Amino acid sequence: MRRIRILLAMLGAALLAAAGIATAQQPPIKIGMSMPQTGTLGAGGQAALLALRMWVDDVNKKGGLLGRKVDFIVYDDQTNPALTPGIYTKLLDVDKVDLIIAPYGTVPTAPIMPLVKQRGLLLMGNFSFQVNRTVKHDMWFNNSPWNDASSWSDGFFRAGQKLGAKTVAFLAADQEFAQNLANGARDLAGKAGLTTVYNQNYPPATVDFSSMIRAIRAAKPDMVFVMSYPNDSVAIVRAVNEIGVGPSVKLFGGGMVGLQFTPNMVSLGRMLNGIVNYNSYVPGIKYPGIEDFLKRYAKLAAEARVDPLGFYLPPFNYAIGQMLEQAINATKSLDHKVLANYLRKNEMKTIVGPIRYGPDGEWATPRVVQAQFRGVVDKNMDQFRKPGTQVVLYPDQYKTGDVIAPFEKARGK
Amino acid sequence: MGMFWELLPEAILFGILLGGFYAAVSMGLSVSFGLLDVPNVAHPAIMVFGSYCTYLLAQQGLDPIVAGVLLMPPFFLLGMAVYRFYYEAFERRGAEAGVRGIAFFFGVALIIEVGLILAFGVDQRMVEAAYVGVAASVGEIRIPLRMLVAFGVAVVLTVALTLYMSRTFTGRAIKAVAQDEPALRLMGADPVRIKQWAFGIATGVSALAGAMLIIVGPVEPALDRVYIGRTFAVVVLAGLGSMTGTVAAGLILGISESIVLMQFGASWAPAVSFALLLAVLGFRPQGLFGR
Amino acid sequence: MRFWLGTAIAAAALATVAGTVKYEYFFFAGYTVLMFVVLATAWNILGGYAGYVNFGTPAFFGLGAYTAAVLYKATALPLALQIAAAATMAGLLGLAAGLLTLRLRGIFFAIATIALVVIMETVFINWRYAGGATGLQLLRPAPIPPFESYTKMLFVVMGVMAIAAVAIARYIERSWVGRGLRAIRDSEEAAEANGVPTLRLKVFACVVSGALMGAAGAPMPMYLSFIEPASTFNLNYAVGALASPMIGGTAHWAGPVIGAMLLASLQQIVTVTVSNEINVLLVGVLLVIFIVAAPEGIIGLAQKLRRKLASRRKAAR
Repeated sequence: MRRIRILLAMLGAALLAAAGIATAQQPPIKIGMSMPQTGTLGAGGQAALLALRMWVDDVNKKGGLLGRKVDFIVYDDQTNPALTPGIYTKLLDVDKVDLIIAPYGTVPTAPIMPLVKQRGLLLMGNFSFQVNRTVKHDMWFNNSPWNDASSWSDGFFRAGQKLGAKTVAFLAADQEFAQNLANGARDLAGKAGLTTVYNQNYPPATVDFSSMIRAIRAAKPDMVFVMSYPNDSVAIVRAVNEIGVGPSVKLFGGGMVGLQFTPNMVSLGRMLNGIVNYNSYVPGIKYPGIEDFLKRYAKLAAEARVDPLGFYLPPFNYAIGQMLEQAINATKSLDHKVLANYLRKNEMKTIVGPIRYGPDGEWATPRVVQAQFRGVVDKNMDQFRKPGTQVVLYPDQYKTGDVIAPFEKARGK
Repeated sequence: MGMFWELLPEAILFGILLGGFYAAVSMGLSVSFGLLDVPNVAHPAIMVFGSYCTYLLAQQGLDPIVAGVLLMPPFFLLGMAVYRFYYEAFERRGAEAGVRGIAFFFGVALIIEVGLILAFGVDQRMVEAAYVGVAASVGEIRIPLRMLVAFGVAVVLTVALTLYMSRTFTGRAIKAVAQDEPALRLMGADPVRIKQWAFGIATGVSALAGAMLIIVGPVEPALDRVYIGRTFAVVVLAGLGSMTGTVAAGLILGISESIVLMQFGASWAPAVSFALLLAVLGFRPQGLFGR
Repeated sequence: MRFWLGTAIAAAALATVAGTVKYEYFFFAGYTVLMFVVLATAWNILGGYAGYVNFGTPAFFGLGAYTAAVLYKATALPLALQIAAAATMAGLLGLAAGLLTLRLRGIFFAIATIALVVIMETVFINWRYAGGATGLQLLRPAPIPPFESYTKMLFVVMGVMAIAAVAIARYIERSWVGRGLRAIRDSEEAAEANGVPTLRLKVFACVVSGALMGAAGAPMPMYLSFIEPASTFNLNYAVGALASPMIGGTAHWAGPVIGAMLLASLQQIVTVTVSNEINVLLVGVLLVIFIVAAPEGIIGLAQKLRRKLASRRKAAR
């Protein structure tokens, strides 16, 4: 124990010394966070981190914020929620950061919510889901384009209903995120008067989905709503290609995590065709500035060996930076209350479109994209850069085409 | 309930294929732990390492099965080296090899896992092949080819290993090592060299199993953690060191899992197989098919 | 006597630290280190003294954590009672697992404990009241005076548990139970032949070890204000509980303490400095090096050094 204290003291002294050199002019503004860089969310976390670093570089090139350089301090939480409270108290108590950003994902974020509430801190959320529901912290602002569970599946169910679907099958991973979604989707299906003909939660680390896909085919649903994790999404797409879900299915997909990640999209190739799945951004959506961002990102991502296309998380992480920048520049302040007040009341201009916040710190108007894979060929990454391989069905103002149904027809079978 | 009977044959069929896969990934452990009594908890990690090697070769345009076969000789040598080290460090010093042996292999597994993260990152990797993502149709029934491939490999491995163990001199010596080491010593054979050879075979087989792993599904560095339990479950259920028992135990796990996944609360599937394992350990520790 | 003096000093140090350190970070990090001291000490009672490897630390730890979380949700039970209930449940799990599998050789017990983790995790994934797979967010109650921060209180609670765990382990080590367990480790057949009640001793060790692990898990839901199956039944707890005694030395009660202090502090430091996969690599490499090169752990190395110095002094004289 004493050893830690000594180490802490040494660390503190080193930091003070470092700070002392920097105060020759103005001390830098320190922004801190933990990001899962290993573990289940590691792959996404690394891509997201690259985008945030890009923002820090951009802002420093422009001369920093309020004339002060921005310093960015990041630790790896290994997707382990047991580590995040320690990391954030370190950032706040020892590193003395001025602002904090939440780690990517709900599970690593949940344990720091009571802490930020108790200390009255502004926290920029990072693709978590309803993590503020119990704590109800009024200085929380999430960057993800959804708010509640139904905002997620809304587009999918509307598309299904337009096609006259009466029955639905649910297949959901028995893990945190998927279950949250599944609960929302089941509510929505109930309200829409859809009959559930198959409803299954599958365990983590399931190897083969053949028998479940076969059971879905036997249930003859009009639409199949899948909420799966990256490893499972790949296995499910393969099993669907092998076993088939039958001619009754008009719409397949919905909430499959992992089909947004480039290596998976390239690897699965043609097998993706016809699947309608959620996304945060796909090419063809006209957000000002995003194309330039993605071009710059692609170059750096190739060097850093992270997700080469980076549609899913990176733009929204860059947007976190942009929102902080806008709020700080407008208020000329680093006071958390002042900044939170500004974020609550004003429209944020970002590369993922304008954002306005609701009282719970989630987007007032969610924009979860539902897009259908079409005309995808095997082993080709660049095809995904141009609009058309993922046709936007929802939200209406960004729509680039109509759904092709039934599912088997959309697959060109 | 009508649906249950209608789908049951197919659930069993998928279960058989899955069981074959479970047997294939457990075969190496059946030799190293089952016959040689080496508590090789690094077996799944070595297998995942084999998957990544397969991935590299497949990137060069090689078929993943061919890649798996090509990897067997280098993995054989690797296995011999690992056993030699294990022997010098633990078995030779005698007492307490058990605890420290397990902990040693546990550490090795961690090192392999992190090594893979450093070399390949945390993304999942997969291979493409003509038999991945397509099915053979038999009437109304569709059979995923990748599962069929895994099943075929399990059958070939079982037949080959069983023949090897019963027909060749070295094979018989390996079995003898497992049963009566002093007797073997009296016959003038060096048990250590035979065990080293057998551990090499076990590791070589794991390379091919690693190829099956990445054919059947995507692979990531921490995947070994999932398979520690499953492979040991198969080997223990089988009764130590029995090749045909390994297949039978794989089938039992595969079929029960497939039926549970198709029909009942799928989320209970892992508990079903491991409860079976606990029951066997508690009431029939020699395994279902052991002597 | 020296031990009790040491205990008193440790308790005094705990109180001073709690009274003087201002950083909340210290309590978060210190809590984790102390938690691993408890886990490693608990593991060593069965693993170190008797030579039965337990991979199932997360099962006992997680059962303790969930027992506490569910009781808190249902009745807002005070922390002390949560811990007692958690220890009881985990002890019962140890009893059941021990009776079922401790008749077998060590490796079978190790495999059984892996199965135990999967089964426990599956149970809590499927139990909706405990939050199921989505997890449960819990709001902390106000801290009990004299503590002004709940985390500081948890830190002290864990410190007290660590002292208690070490005292229990030391008591077992010194008593006839410990001698019996050591006899089992050296040769189970010989022990049996000499009239040592081997099964009863092993099961007893398994119950005590399990109960302590469960107690270590109990404050976790409050520490995180959150509980969720995947991270609660994480293999990392098994790694830490097993590696610490191996590094510190399994024969002496101080081994796991030193190992856990070293390993957990190092991991905490790596997390906030180098901050990447090195964290896991560190454990793996240290574990392998110590098992191969220093099987008696740090304690063994220290003893060897002391003996060498003593003999040199004798030679000089």
